[in-house]
Amino acid sequence: MIIGLAHYLAVAAILFTIGVFGIFVNRKNIIVILMSIELMLLAVNINLVAFSVYLGNLTGQIFAMFVLTVAAAEAAVGLAILVTFFRNRGDIAVDDASMMKG
Amino acid sequence: MALQAIAFYLMAAVTVASGFCVVSARNPVHSVLWLILAFFSAAGLFVLMGAEFLAMLLVVVYVGAVAVLFLFVVMMLDVDFASLRQGFARYMPIGLLIAVFLAAEMVLVASTVATQGAAKHSPGPLASGSGNPLSNAEAIGRVLYTDYIYFFQAAGLVLLVAMIGAIVLTLRHKPGVKRQIVMNQVLRTPKTGMRVVNPKPGEGIDA
Repeated sequence: MIIGLAHYLAVAAILFTIGVFGIFVNRKNIIVILMSIELMLLAVNINLVAFSVYLGNLTGQIFAMFVLTVAAAEAAVGLAILVTFFRNRGDIAVDDASMMKG
Repeated sequence: MALQAIAFYLMAAVTVASGFCVVSARNPVHSVLWLILAFFSAAGLFVLMGAEFLAMLLVVVYVGAVAVLFLFVVMMLDVDFASLRQGFARYMPIGLLIAVFLAAEMVLVASTVATQGAAKHSPGPLASGSGNPLSNAEAIGRVLYTDYIYFFQAAGLVLLVAMIGAIVLTLRHKPGVKRQIVMNQVLRTPKTGMRVVNPKPGEGIDA
């Protein structure tokens, strides 16, 4: 049984779907939503690396590195916003975060 | 080849299973721990594909930094997580429906691309050490520091901006806490630091 490109793409597709599913079912818990976003970015990275390896072109791996960078930055800023929000409100329920509607 | 298949199926199964546990765990701390397991097994998949450098990067950046950051925040916030799980059952059917459709579509596209697309004649990843003089990290370095040097610098800038943003967002000056201000100490002169008073006998000095 030869493991080919399709196998890796299928794993990435399932992982991405789990990320979307996680955002759906954990609508109130913003921490789990952020983790679901990380899962989706991981799936994208698997896709990029799989294509990079099977096409013999390193650009995909470089791009996966940039995705990793942006994911780290996004997690840092997201969690900082979360901490600030918790300090001001004492709760992190997404539904209550409608202050900015005016 | 059989060993490779076993390793792939093992790590793919662990990745998917722990990914599912991330979104379905009751306790967010458990979610973070499952997330770490998912990252580890994804790194194993990367190694299997021959992208060792990215696998190590995944372990260092995701497991070492991002997941630990999540762990800190989850444990620091004193939140009643049970109340945040309301609606889990309510959104489950529509979420499952969309997830199944999305997964079916993407797997179909993936299998079509893999069998008909540009990579259909690909021999697959080169085994490390077999006729490939450059290691993965060396090959990436040669491309990254030449063709993509500006993008690399821009990535560093993104990290810098994110760092400054996170610090500015979370920095807080408590009122009522005495802080040392070196400027004021340096600018202090005898005139500002001393006061000559002439108290009458029997009276104190009020302040």
